[in-house]
Amino acid sequence: MLWFGVRRLARGLLVVLFVSFLVVALLALAPGSPATVILGENATPEAVADLERQLGLDQPVWVQWWHWIGAAFQGDLGTSLVNGVTVLDAVTTALPVTLEIAVLALLISLGISIPLALLAAPRAGSAADRGVGALTSVLLAIPAFVAAPLLVYLFAIQLRWFPVTGWVPLSEGIGANLRSAFLPALSVALIEIAAFQRVLRADLVTTLREDYIDAARTKGLSARYVLLRHALRPSSFSLLTVSGMSLGRLLGGTIIVEFLFTLPGLGQLVATSVSSRDVVTVQGVVAFVAMAYVLVNTLVDIGYGFLDPRVRLADTR
Amino acid sequence: MSAPTLSLTKGDDGPDVGKTLPDVPRVRRRRSPLMLLSVGWLALVALLAAFSGLLPLAGYGVPVGFPRSGSTLSLDGLLGFDHLGRSVLSRAVYGSRASLIVGAISSITAMCVGTLLGLIAGYFRGWVDTAVMYFTDALLAFPPLVLLLALSSVLQPSYTTLLVGLTAVVTPSFVRLARANTLAWSNREFVLAATNMGASQLRIAVREVLPNILPPVVAFLPTVLAALIVAEGSLSFLGMGIPSPTPSWGGMIADGRTHLYEAPQLVLAPALIIFFTVFALNQCGDHFRERVDGAVRD
Repeated sequence: MLWFGVRRLARGLLVVLFVSFLVVALLALAPGSPATVILGENATPEAVADLERQLGLDQPVWVQWWHWIGAAFQGDLGTSLVNGVTVLDAVTTALPVTLEIAVLALLISLGISIPLALLAAPRAGSAADRGVGALTSVLLAIPAFVAAPLLVYLFAIQLRWFPVTGWVPLSEGIGANLRSAFLPALSVALIEIAAFQRVLRADLVTTLREDYIDAARTKGLSARYVLLRHALRPSSFSLLTVSGMSLGRLLGGTIIVEFLFTLPGLGQLVATSVSSRDVVTVQGVVAFVAMAYVLVNTLVDIGYGFLDPRVRLADTR
Repeated sequence: MSAPTLSLTKGDDGPDVGKTLPDVPRVRRRRSPLMLLSVGWLALVALLAAFSGLLPLAGYGVPVGFPRSGSTLSLDGLLGFDHLGRSVLSRAVYGSRASLIVGAISSITAMCVGTLLGLIAGYFRGWVDTAVMYFTDALLAFPPLVLLLALSSVLQPSYTTLLVGLTAVVTPSFVRLARANTLAWSNREFVLAATNMGASQLRIAVREVLPNILPPVVAFLPTVLAALIVAEGSLSFLGMGIPSPTPSWGGMIADGRTHLYEAPQLVLAPALIIFFTVFALNQCGDHFRERVDGAVRD
């Protein structure tokens, strides 16, 4: 088990190194140097060259990469070209908003998809199962940028249950905070509900065919008890993996809803930095997000191996 | 000689062969009406996109009605007019071009590149496999939209940027799919037979393995196309996709969202079009995948 964890961590680390190289190379590939962004279009070539030397941009890519990693290990992801804020500061102010939306979306989607799967799986093929199946097919075709304006129209403009845009920080009361976070989170969650339900339903159907389920039923345990206590846990492994992988989609969706609802999160940060051509901030945020993503998925992998010994053994082959 | 004859020996003497085979009922394919509707919708969208120039529609950039007014009886005004008085129907029809062309080119490029890489990695294994898998893992480590945004931050927004970015985002899935199938098929008896007959590795990879991994890969295409239409829409929604004034479905939603209060149809129309298209593509993808899975099991 220990060896399995170490191997997965090592692989995650290698991927992170590779990601950071791509991110640094991205900056080097960019047409026009960041120095011109800082100094403005009218800067003399000498001044630009001077600043480039200062920033180390005249070095080969791999040297820049080395410096970047050295700085990143000390928590320095660079400083914004536009407003001089360090990227780490910008990220730490924006992160809680994005995290709240993503976690809330994850909770909503798990909270709806698990009951739907528990409803559908024991009745596979029935009208209820097909109804839920149709619902998930519909939800799968509603990406966040379609869902968000529609939900705003319905719940904020017509019914006036939630604010149209804006963010209320947690410090101003949890109720108001959740009200401002609910519609964005729901827009992102819709597609995940469908993805999670399908995965869990498929696994539950397979598990329910096992002999030990029949044994438990023959013993006289109720169908509900067997479903919840015997079938659910061994069927939830893939759901765990899929929730880890869904983080990427959640983040993408969060960028969209932050833009639409004007929430001060990571997505807003990336979007504004992209439009102001603040490459250093984009680089830092992308690196941060990708690393967080790799870390979460590595931990999910390890957790998965911890729960299910078959994965650990299959990996050694 | 009262011992019962085995069905095998019975089969040896010619005409009785048919009797030893089990009586398998013909597979009845259910034609689902949903599938027909999906194919019909996709065909309609594709035709409109291909021949949009021939339709009696106003140009997508020309104001032809009152800004934000609802639908009228004319063809141009069927879906109303946007905030500049341009025909929503015309913009939706021309917008389908952008979505479909970008989606089709990137998904087909990704399929070709991904299948080739997956085939090489899965067939030759060793360091090539390791290198290819690390590369795909690293690409998959970027949340897709974040990768696309990063690309559009350093490159000028254009069709080329969009195509490169979208192709890079979906290629890893094809690599993984092709590699997994290659691994499964390379151990089959007919591949061993071909090896024993002295066929070259290239011949085995191209003539024996490739034809077998193509069906699942091609069946994956509609699903990827749907994902790409969504990705392109998301980017255009953020204003980083297809540069204006060319219309795109995502851009139409972005333009309309500020007028949700007085003219919800500006968002509703493109939203429904995207919904139907993605839904139809997903249906086709599911259908193909079931067919392919069935074929593999046989």
